[in-house]
Amino acid sequence: MNEQGVERDETKMRRSSLGKMLLLAVPFLLTGCRDRFLVLDPAGPVAETEYNMIVLSAVLISIVVIPVIGLLIYIVRKYRDRPGNDAPYQPEWADSKRLEIVWWGIPIVIIAVLSVFTVRDTFALTQPPSDQEPVTIQVTSLDWKWMFQYPESGVATVNYAKIPAGVPVQFVLTSDAPMNSFWVPQLGGQTYTMPGMAMRMWLQADQPGTYYGHGANFTGKEFAKMEFDVIAEKPSEFKEWTKQVKESKPKMTKEDYKQLKEPGVVEEKTFSSYPSDLFKEIVMKNGGIYRKEEHQHILND
Amino acid sequence: MSLWPTEPMVQASLVAIILVSIGIIFTLTYFKKWGWLWREWITTVDHKKIGIMYLICALLMLFRGGVDALLMRIQLAFPDLQFLDAQHYNEIFTTHGTIMILFMAMPFLFAMFNIVVPLQIGARDVAFPYLNAVSFWLFFFGALLFNISFVLGGAPDAGWVNYPPLSELTFSPGPGIDYYLLSLQISGIGSIATGINFLVTILKMRAPGMSMMRMPMFSWSVLASCIVIIFAFPALTAALALLSLDRIVGTHFFTMLHGGNPMMYMNLFWIWGHPEVYIVILPAYGVFSEVVSTFSKKRLFGYKSMVASLLLISVASYLVWVHHFFTMGSSAGVNSFFAVASMAIAIPTGVKVFNWLFTMFRGRIRLSLPMLWMLAFIPTFALGGATGVMLAVAPADYQFHNSYFLIAHFHQVLIGGVVYGMLAGLYYWWPKMFGFQLVEKLGKWAFWLFNIGFYVCFMPQYALGLMGMTRRMYEYPSGMGWNGLNQVSTVGAFIMGIGFLLIVAQILYSIRHGKRDTTGDPWNGRTLEWSLPSPVPHYNFVRIPEVKGRDAWWMMKQEKGDEATSTPSSSIQPIHMPNSSGLPFLMSLAFFVAGFGLVFHQFALAAVGGIGIGICLFLRSLEQDEGYMLSPKEIRRIESAQGRL
Ligand code: HEM
Ligand SMILES: [Cu+2]
Repeated sequence: MNEQGVERDETKMRRSSLGKMLLLAVPFLLTGCRDRFLVLDPAGPVAETEYNMIVLSAVLISIVVIPVIGLLIYIVRKYRDRPGNDAPYQPEWADSKRLEIVWWGIPIVIIAVLSVFTVRDTFALTQPPSDQEPVTIQVTSLDWKWMFQYPESGVATVNYAKIPAGVPVQFVLTSDAPMNSFWVPQLGGQTYTMPGMAMRMWLQADQPGTYYGHGANFTGKEFAKMEFDVIAEKPSEFKEWTKQVKESKPKMTKEDYKQLKEPGVVEEKTFSSYPSDLFKEIVMKNGGIYRKEEHQHILND
Repeated sequence: MSLWPTEPMVQASLVAIILVSIGIIFTLTYFKKWGWLWREWITTVDHKKIGIMYLICALLMLFRGGVDALLMRIQLAFPDLQFLDAQHYNEIFTTHGTIMILFMAMPFLFAMFNIVVPLQIGARDVAFPYLNAVSFWLFFFGALLFNISFVLGGAPDAGWVNYPPLSELTFSPGPGIDYYLLSLQISGIGSIATGINFLVTILKMRAPGMSMMRMPMFSWSVLASCIVIIFAFPALTAALALLSLDRIVGTHFFTMLHGGNPMMYMNLFWIWGHPEVYIVILPAYGVFSEVVSTFSKKRLFGYKSMVASLLLISVASYLVWVHHFFTMGSSAGVNSFFAVASMAIAIPTGVKVFNWLFTMFRGRIRLSLPMLWMLAFIPTFALGGATGVMLAVAPADYQFHNSYFLIAHFHQVLIGGVVYGMLAGLYYWWPKMFGFQLVEKLGKWAFWLFNIGFYVCFMPQYALGLMGMTRRMYEYPSGMGWNGLNQVSTVGAFIMGIGFLLIVAQILYSIRHGKRDTTGDPWNGRTLEWSLPSPVPHYNFVRIPEVKGRDAWWMMKQEKGDEATSTPSSSIQPIHMPNSSGLPFLMSLAFFVAGFGLVFHQFALAAVGGIGIGICLFLRSLEQDEGYMLSPKEIRRIESAQGRL
């Protein structure tokens, strides 16, 4: 009896120190650097929608996961094969319609609820996030850099993009290299950039700021270096920036693009213009020509 | 092209391989073991020996894949570290992923299939013993081809998913990708054959009285897994074959130019790839079902539900593959369908978890090693399944995809599910395989280290994903706040590594000091394999048992007590056994030669291999192999040596 008491005390102590460790870890993980958790710190409506789904799904599944872990601990403690354990023992009891209905039923309900919201938001995310006049930016992933073209003003950048805050931005994505994925966690989740395809993705930044972006699909040797910034500015400043670029930066020639396309890592670059129809040409030559109808509407917008 | 490598790390590996090979050859020659190796192992068609060979390969591959993992974790312990360069890092994560799924998990499962299924259903061997040997040797030579790539010409470096156009000649001109394609192709043929073999074995060779609904749950899980293998692997075969054609003869199935379409590869790959994760997890479910019932001294709860959920999962696993590329821009309708279908898989999975819990409820739980791994599996897998559901929510997946959150998810289900399951199975059936038990104490240390290491390694990776870290980065900038968590994760990986080494130590120590299993039934088991002596004689059953219900052996023990194991000497009949054959080995060797030739585009060598395959097939077709009869006298000798007469 004495021995058992000692054992119990020890486990209690172990448990409480484990608890303390967990408690210490929580603030470290959550508050200490919440702004580091880019996915949990949305800066625009698209990321916000996705964030809400993340929270909702996490809450719904805890309804199953927490009881499972609780039950496990309870059962293992209660039904140990120890001499003198007087908990009930029913070796032949292996069936219960009522219990089975409960644990088929609860997950079905949870998944049904989650499904409704999932479908709603999957459809919602294909639409522009607000009704302001949108801006279009064409994105091309290269080995191992990002090129951004602004069809409305004719300027182009490499490894960073400027966008007006508070305005929906239509990113049109392609690749002139292996398939990558365009991801700016604080603005919203990713879409693949594929050779011969022009994909559309909507993002919007609510406030001016600099948002981290990175390629998310492996493309070979220096993939790790495919970082870029998305810089949101007040619409007036964005206009001003475009004007300045037009006036002061070099043009991009066909030759420049050829060089840019060579595998390698480069610094940020800015161009006042680019060869006309460059984006369309990239899409067409990599196989877009075989799927013209699909892309016509995006390319001509 | 000179094959001798120029880089120190590769040279060191090559030297190590050569030294180990010389060591093995020397030892075998010195102890005059070549004949023994050939007669007892290389030519064997005995499912138990084939199972043991699979097991040895799986453990070796776990070691190699584990070393890969530690190298990666060292590189990631600090930002901008120069331990591995980009090329090496990319090769290593590619080989790590491919090895762990195809050359570690698959053979580990096949080890369990082979060792357990015929014994559990009361059969003397599998349906096609010769084909079984072919499967093993194809796997073996496929794995060998894959493993030599690092030192001969360069390992594949396009990730285990090997997406074109990155994996096309334009972007990956070296032999690495061809190694990947050919080795997976060769071992894949073996896997399909294993799927067919065990499906037929289970459907056709059960002992009299064992109706489907009396079958042990592990055998059910193997049946479900085999159905998935048979329908899923052909998609991989097609994907690999088409990509090989692109690379070797210049077709344009998946190229960027000339009308190729890389998206087709991704669909084919995941039409196999998603079912593959269920191929590997279903047998683990089976192991846990056996273990939980044995160590709770209670019948498995909700048997019918368990069967239904296995079958539901295996069917549903074909309807979810698009969740691996929600971000490829499919329409909202397509993404919605696949999102809901993926989440739905969680339902039967949840049901299984509750049934396991209620098997323990009102039972008597013994915390032996197999049961410990089972208990650790439940919370780990519940969390991993939960994050799976989060990933299946398409809008959320746009944020998680290809981040460390995804990495954490699938390691949690693959390690917490498949590896824990296979380790539980290994501990559970070890005495049956080798006739002695593994010492508990070292095993408990290994268990705790491995588990703690697991959480320390992978929980931070969820956080890293939420912080925006993508997978497959060989280095990362220091200003992102990722440093600390990466270091913690590396520490965890090393703790797991120590856990693995302790398991190896436990096995080596137990060979000498483990308790001999003289009863054949060390755990007080419930299914037929425990009615046999350990290790099991090559013909398995002297008399095929008569099955009267589920948990057949448990019922026999209840009915006959101590008499249950003994066989009346007079009732022994001659037993028909299959002959050994060297052809499966030789044919697979020819596959290896052909594959090696194709990797280096040496078509003459490939042709030699091809002709070799043809000759072996031809010889087999002409062979008159009736097997042989084992005489009652011989059987009596073996049985009385085991104290069974
Ligand atoms: C409740 C069940 C599960 C659900 C709903 C689920 C869902 C998912 C989803 C949606 C993805 C894709 C995420 C992405 O790429 O963005 C994924 C990836 C993955 N899952 Fe699961 N999963 C489940 C269980 C499992 C199990 C049991 C295994 C294996 C034993 C597994 C292994 C994997 C692997 C290996 C990947 C990633 C492959 C890669 O991209 O390299 N999952 N899972
Ligand atoms: Cu999947």
